[in-house]
Amino acid sequence: MNAPVRTRDAAYVEIEGLRRTFDVSRPWLNRMIERQPRQILRAVDGVAFTIRRGETFALVGESGSGKSTVARMVVGLLPPTGGDVRITGISMTDPRQAVERRRLRRRIQMIFQDPYASMNPRWRVRRIVAEPIRAFNLIQGEAAITGRVGELLTLVGLHPDDGAKYPHEFSGGQRQRVAIARALASEAEFLVGDEPTSALDVSVQAQILNLMRDLQDRLGLTYLFISHNLAVVRHMASRIGVMYLGRVVEIADGRALFTAPKHPYTRMLLDAVPDIGMTGRQRIPVSGEIPNPIDPPSGCAFNPRCPFAKERCRTEVPELIEGVACHAFQERRLPL
Amino acid sequence: MTEPVLSVRNLRVAFANRRGTLTAIDDVSFDIARGEILGVVGESGAGKSVTGSAVIGLIDPPGGIVGGEVRLQGERIDTLSPEAMRRIRGRRIGMIFQDPLTSLNPLYRVGRQLIETIRTHTDLSEKAARGRAIDLLAEVGIPAPERRIDGYPHEFSGGMRQRVVIALALAAEPELIIADEPTTALDVSVQAQIIALLKRLGTERGTAVMLVTHDMGVIAEAADRVAVMYSGRIAEIGPVRDVVTNPLHPYAKGLMGAIPTLAQETDRLAQIPGSMPRLSAIPKGCAFHPRCPSAFTRCVVERPNPIAVGAHQVACHLYDRSEASAA
Ligand SMILES: Nc1ncnc2c1ncn2[C@@H]1O[C@H](COP(=O)(O)OP(=O)(O)O)[C@@H](O)[C@H]1O
Ligand SMILES: Nc1ncnc2c1ncn2[C@@H]1O[C@H](COP(=O)(O)OP(=O)(O)O)[C@@H](O)[C@H]1O
Ligand code: SF4
Ligand SMILES: [Mg+2]
Ligand SMILES: [Mg+2]
Repeated sequence: MNAPVRTRDAAYVEIEGLRRTFDVSRPWLNRMIERQPRQILRAVDGVAFTIRRGETFALVGESGSGKSTVARMVVGLLPPTGGDVRITGISMTDPRQAVERRRLRRRIQMIFQDPYASMNPRWRVRRIVAEPIRAFNLIQGEAAITGRVGELLTLVGLHPDDGAKYPHEFSGGQRQRVAIARALASEAEFLVGDEPTSALDVSVQAQILNLMRDLQDRLGLTYLFISHNLAVVRHMASRIGVMYLGRVVEIADGRALFTAPKHPYTRMLLDAVPDIGMTGRQRIPVSGEIPNPIDPPSGCAFNPRCPFAKERCRTEVPELIEGVACHAFQERRLPL
Repeated sequence: MTEPVLSVRNLRVAFANRRGTLTAIDDVSFDIARGEILGVVGESGAGKSVTGSAVIGLIDPPGGIVGGEVRLQGERIDTLSPEAMRRIRGRRIGMIFQDPLTSLNPLYRVGRQLIETIRTHTDLSEKAARGRAIDLLAEVGIPAPERRIDGYPHEFSGGMRQRVVIALALAAEPELIIADEPTTALDVSVQAQIIALLKRLGTERGTAVMLVTHDMGVIAEAADRVAVMYSGRIAEIGPVRDVVTNPLHPYAKGLMGAIPTLAQETDRLAQIPGSMPRLSAIPKGCAFHPRCPSAFTRCVVERPNPIAVGAHQVACHLYDRSEASAA
C-alpha cells in the first residue's frame, strides 16, 4: 500500500536549527503596571537531527524539555520560529513548496497520548477510520471503502465488526488501535507518536508497542517516537535524542546511549530510572530539579546540576559535536 | 514486639449502585511490619486505592467495608466511629496522594499548615512547633527551610510540594504512612529523590509504609515486600526481589514480561491479551482465567486461595500441590 522502501539509509526527515519561542508575558496592562518586561519562553532552541527511512528515532526527556513542541513542528501543526523541517526533501515552511507539501501531508500522521480527544464521539469507528480515505479521495465506492476499513481494523488487531461501535465503547488501548488505523487509512508512511502509550497500563502498552513494531516491519513505516519513559524508548528506537530545556544534549544509537551514555544529563537520567531488574548497579543519586524554562541558566542549561561544570559551562552554550553537547566531553574531562 | 503495624484480614469492600452491589476488594489480607515498605502494585482498577482508602476509613457511602478487619498495632480500627478514625488519620496514619495540592491549602503558608498539624498532635508551643516544622522540611530535602517555611504552596515546584506533603504526613510521627501514587505525577529525576526519601522513613524512623503505585519500577526500587493486585484480589505477595525476579502467578509473570527494561533488549514484549475486567463483569473462578495462558478447568469454576510457595503467597491453582494436574 505504501511506496516501496527505497534506500534504507536515505534521510527521510531532516531537521535543522529548529527553534520555537512562546510569548508568555502577562497581559500588556499588567506588565505596564507591574513594570515587567516581555517574557519569551524558548521551548525549542536550535534542534537538529535526521531520521532515516524505515527507522524509529526517539526523543526522550523530562516534561517541559520541548519534545511535543518539536513533534508539532515536524508534522506542520505549529510553525517554527526558526530553522526548518524537510521531509523527503520538501520543506515544511518554504512557501515555494506549498504544492508539494500538500501532497506530502497525508503521508505524515500523528498519534497522541489521548486518542479520544481527536475522535468525534458521535461518529462510529468505521466513519472515523474512513474519513481520511474520503477526504483524500483515495478509494471510490462505498463497498470498497467499507472493505478497506475492515482491512485496516484487522491490521491493528481489531475486528471489522468493531467499526459499528462508538469510541467510548472501547478501552484506552483499543482506542489507540483505532487511532493507528485512522493514521494508516491515509496511506501514511511517517508516524509521529507523542507519548502514544503513556496513558495505558503496562500490559496494554506492550500490546500497542508490539503492534507499532509489527506495522513498521510490514509496511516500512518511519517513526518519530516521543516519550518520557526511557525503557520504552530503548525498546522502540534505533536512534535516540535526549532533550533538556529545549535542546538536544545527546544523540546516539540506542545501544550506545544506554550502555555508554556520555552527556552528564543522560547519565543522571539513566541513574534516576528505577532499577527494575534489581541488578544493584552503581548509581549516582540525582540532585536538583529542572530550572524554570522562562529564565534558564546561561551557558549550558544543565550547569547548575552538573558535577563536571566549570566556568566555561556557565557562559558558553555547548554545541552538539560528535553527538554530545557538553564542554567537559569535548575537553575530554568526563570519566568513562 | 513482632505485632505488625498494620494487619488487614479478609478485607472486602463493596459499592452499591442502581443495579446492585459491586465488590471492589475481595478477601484481601496482608501485614506491614515496623520499618517495612509494602508495595501494592497492579494496573488501573485493580483496587489499590480502594484498599488504601479502606485502611484509613475513607470510603464514602454508598461504598463501605463489608467484611474482614483492619488492625493498627493489633487494635481494630475498621469498627471505630468516624470521629475516632479522624483522630487516627494524621496522627497515627499519615497520607500522601498523587496530587500534593489535595493535601495543601493554597491560601496558607506551608509553615502554617505544618505548625498547625504539629500542634494538634503534640503539646509543643508555637515556637517549638515552628522549629520542628523547619527540621521536618530540612529532613525531606527542602533547601533553605528557614526561608521556604513562609512560602505558599504555589511557590514550590511539583517535586518540592510533594516533599512538603511528606513533611506534613510526618508531622505527627505516625506509625503508618499510606502513599498512593506519590511519584506518578513527577519526572523520573524527582521521583528518584522522593523514593530515596520514603526509604529513609523506614530505616531511620521505623515508619511502616504502604506504597501504592502502578509502576513496578518504583516498587522494585522502594519496597521490601510487594502485593500484586488484580481485580480486587491479591494475586501474589512476597519479598520484592523474589516477586520481581521470579514471579509465580501467571498475571505477575505476564506483567513483568510486559515491562520494557533498560537492562535488556527484547524484540517483543510479553503480551497479556485483553484487559482487566470491569467490576460488574469479574469472571467466576480465578478472575484472571480468560487472559491466562495456563488456565485449566478448575480455574473457570473455583476461586484460588493464596498458597504459600517459598516466601511467596500465590493465589493460583497451578501451585496447589494437592491437585494432580498442578505444575
Ligand atoms: N502554547 C504554548 N504556550 C506557552 N508555552 C508553551 C506552549 N507550548 C509549550 N510551551 C512550553 O514550552 C516548553 C516545552 O513544552 P513541551 O514541548 O510540551 O515539552 P514536553 O513535551 O517535552 O513536555 C514548556 O516549558 C512548555 O510550558
Ligand atoms: N466510589 C466508587 N464507586 C464505585 N466504584 C468505585 C469507587 N471507587 C473505586 N471504584 C471501583 O473500584 C475498582 C478499584 O478502584 P481503585 O482502587 O481506584 O483502582 P486502582 O488500583 O487503579 O487504584 C475500580 O473498578 C473502580 O472503578
Ligand atoms: S557542558 Fe558543562 S555543565 Fe553542561 S553537561 Fe557538560 S560539563 Fe556539565
Ligand atoms: Mg509532551
Ligand atoms: Mg489508584
